Amino acid sequence: MAYQKTEIMSQFEPVIGLEVHLQLNTKTKIFCSCANQYGCAPNTNVCPVCLGLPGSLPVLNRQALLYAIKVGLALNAEINSFIKFDRKNYYYPDLPKGYQISQFDFPVAKDGFLKIKSGNQEKRIGIKRAHLEEDAGKSMHDNTGSCSLVDFNRTGTPLIEIVTEPDLRSPQEAYDYLNILKLTLQYLGVSDCDMEKGSLRCDANISIRPVGQAALGTKTELKNMNSFRAVKAALEYEIRRHEQVILAGGKIVQETMLWDDTQAQTQTMRSKEEAHDYRYFPDPDLVPFTVDYKTIDSVRAELPELPQAKLVRFLSQYELSEYDANILVADSGMADFFEAAVKEYPQAKKVANWLAGPVSMELKNRKIPIHGLKLTPKALVELIAKVEDGVVSNLVGKEVLGLMLDQGKGAEEIIQAKGMAQVSDDSALFAIIDEVIAQNAAVVDQIKSGKPNAAGFLVGQAMKKSGGRANPKKLNELITRKIAGV
Amino acid sequence: MSLYPLTAHALLDAFKSGKASAKEAYEDVLGRIKAVEPKVKAYVRQAKTSPDFSGGLPIPIALKDNLCTKQEEITCASRILKGFISPYDGGVIERVKKSGGVIVGFANQDEFAFGSSCETSCYGPTFNPWDLQCVPGGSSGGSAAAVAADEAVWALGSDTGGSIRQPASFCGIVGMKPTYGRVSRYGLIAFASSLDQIGPLTKDVRDCALLMNIIAGYDERDSTSVNEPVPDYTKALVNDVRGLKIGIPKEAFAEGLDPEVRASLEAALALLKKLGAAVKEVTLPHTPYAVATYYIVATAEASSNLARFDGVRYGLRAQPVKARKNALVDMYEETRSRGFGPEAKRRIMLGTYALSSGYYDAYYLRGQKVRTLIKNDLDEVFKDCDAIITPTSPTVAFKIGEKTSDPLSMYLSDIYTIPANLAGIPAISIPGGFSKSGLPIGLQLMGKAFDEEMLLRISYTYEQNTEWHTRKPKL
Repeated sequence: MAYQKTEIMSQFEPVIGLEVHLQLNTKTKIFCSCANQYGCAPNTNVCPVCLGLPGSLPVLNRQALLYAIKVGLALNAEINSFIKFDRKNYYYPDLPKGYQISQFDFPVAKDGFLKIKSGNQEKRIGIKRAHLEEDAGKSMHDNTGSCSLVDFNRTGTPLIEIVTEPDLRSPQEAYDYLNILKLTLQYLGVSDCDMEKGSLRCDANISIRPVGQAALGTKTELKNMNSFRAVKAALEYEIRRHEQVILAGGKIVQETMLWDDTQAQTQTMRSKEEAHDYRYFPDPDLVPFTVDYKTIDSVRAELPELPQAKLVRFLSQYELSEYDANILVADSGMADFFEAAVKEYPQAKKVANWLAGPVSMELKNRKIPIHGLKLTPKALVELIAKVEDGVVSNLVGKEVLGLMLDQGKGAEEIIQAKGMAQVSDDSALFAIIDEVIAQNAAVVDQIKSGKPNAAGFLVGQAMKKSGGRANPKKLNELITRKIAGV
Repeated sequence: MSLYPLTAHALLDAFKSGKASAKEAYEDVLGRIKAVEPKVKAYVRQAKTSPDFSGGLPIPIALKDNLCTKQEEITCASRILKGFISPYDGGVIERVKKSGGVIVGFANQDEFAFGSSCETSCYGPTFNPWDLQCVPGGSSGGSAAAVAADEAVWALGSDTGGSIRQPASFCGIVGMKPTYGRVSRYGLIAFASSLDQIGPLTKDVRDCALLMNIIAGYDERDSTSVNEPVPDYTKALVNDVRGLKIGIPKEAFAEGLDPEVRASLEAALALLKKLGAAVKEVTLPHTPYAVATYYIVATAEASSNLARFDGVRYGLRAQPVKARKNALVDMYEETRSRGFGPEAKRRIMLGTYALSSGYYDAYYLRGQKVRTLIKNDLDEVFKDCDAIITPTSPTVAFKIGEKTSDPLSMYLSDIYTIPANLAGIPAISIPGGFSKSGLPIGLQLMGKAFDEEMLLRISYTYEQNTEWHTRKPKL
């Protein structure tokens, strides 16, 4: 059933909370020494512990704990000095122990926040908690329905679950929060945050209430959104559904809904009555941990500059445009590349233009991240210098960039080998100019009769003849001189 | 010379002096098994892997059927695990193999160690070598019976609420539950993770010390294992208790204590006093709540630990003849209905209830608090005492079938052993006499955490001054 957008939307206020599950890219799994690796042949990256074989026991991977602390600190959260693990009991074939080791009442981090931009204002989105847990395996269902298969490679992948307070007030805010959260997590280097591979997953809780009412409405939980765009779309859909149910005098039922991206609608997955009683209790196989200040301080010391701080600094330190600064900061690799390049070549705006423009275009076309490019900051600034010094034109410079990336060679080498340098030599240019003047007598007359701007046309023609290699400044100068008969 | 009746240390002496070989000892034990196993039924399975006699301590050993051993079927005496072949060795099994131990076979037990009589095994009961009409105790009843009947030189069991000590007591041998964390649990199929501990069942106290030397020690694969230095336990075997203070809790003389067991305890107190120990009456005011606390904590953990037996990956998988709900739920229900026996089901239900939303605070949380009180009681006594003495069990071995219809009276058979598990402290059961009917009576000593040496010292002294441990059942 489709719900149309209504005009009465302003009557209600949505209240949204998000739960993000993030796979941490530690070397090994969270409770055993299997490699934490994506893409192995099914059921090859397993051991008695992650298979939950009888008699096996979990041992916490310290790196996972340190990563979780790092995430907590980046989210301005309080790190619990006492943490413990709990069992969340439920049955599913991809959960080999019949329970998931998670954290119930003493998560790694609590009471943090992340700032988003809401219109022209900053808004704090509260982070209720961030806790560690283990991922489950992957069930695959046969199309014929005759059997299901389970791959346990993913079992035991460390996950951190980041839960917001119900502070988000629109699908757009949810979308913005997710983007800044993802960027922050990418800066920390704790995950590749790839929704397609499932390393970042998001569930949403949504309720609506009349504007001005303090009490919360009945919420529904949304699952199965495979992109941030889908989260936004699902929330928009669900808000409309809630509105129409309430306006029609109905009541929202607390339930879990699945988002269907192709149908663009939500469907009931299970009602509150069918909700699991997870029977949480402290996992007796894992002793509680004390996190001391020394550990927290050493993790804090390793925290990189986070994207929001970097943006502010780029704007003031390099006087970049907001557009360029945002593009650079949106990718920590790009931002690092930028700063390394500026060290070599202090014209920050020029470097930023090149990165935000031609380099970003190449990244998009080649579908690779900046660290995958055959380009060093030094090589890029050499190219920029060639353009600025008039050795090649801006246009040819972009072409040189493409060749540099293809061949992994420096700008100088490519310009030499291909003879791409600008022609500035007077005699060579006069040969072209003579031809152009001979073919465009009418234009020459115009210039002579006092319309110097018409010279631009002649420059263009000469550029064409030179195959783009003539120095346009020089051409302009020589053409003017020639016509003036100087 | 018959080798099977010997203790491990006597056998090691014989190997050393060239009077016997490890292979002869092993074959002698196999011969004994052939002769008496049809009556005792201590084992559920012979080991598949062929024995290796080249190690340092090639003593024939029986393992409880819940200790994961590579390439061996391990079932916890449950239908649900039939056919499960362990692909790995547990921490203790690695140590036993490294010491040269010769694994004879896997011993019967109560299903998933749920019981005090060995009667809940899917293989049927084990019979007490002293009286084949009686239970051997449980849950490590097969291990205890195997040692008592000389079908193994020594054995390993596991103890969650008395499962080593009570059968040791019923079978007239020595059984020790070490301090929680002293022995690796990696590879022990869990009953209640915060209470389980693997320990030795042996013919005398010296063997107990020797087997502790083999199995004790830190294992990084078990987060609850403690990185404490392991002493040479045989050094604790000193025939001297002079100056030691032994506490006798007044709660030990509770209702249900068999007069003959009481008499043995009193005789032991008199002997220890005579040998120079001070005996002091102490109080453990919260121990009357120990059994109730135990059955909340242990069943809660068990309900979760047993969730993995779901038919998906190993062991039994069953589907109902007629579909009921959906294929998956039907499979779960049918597998677990057919796979678990009645006592396992009872405990899974009790534990599930104790953890359920709305009941957690009243049961599990309250249970953990009482557990702390019981531990505090013991800590208080140990400020002034070197050890605490009690009976191991209020009675001698009972008849097969006598208590199966009355779970509560069965649970009360562990009334003296449970507090040590709740507090995580070490405890030992040693032969302390016989009833008029000829059944063994056990004495229990409890000690401070990681002070197994004190228990071994007192036990050894008592043993050197009595002859109970030298008696053998007539089979």
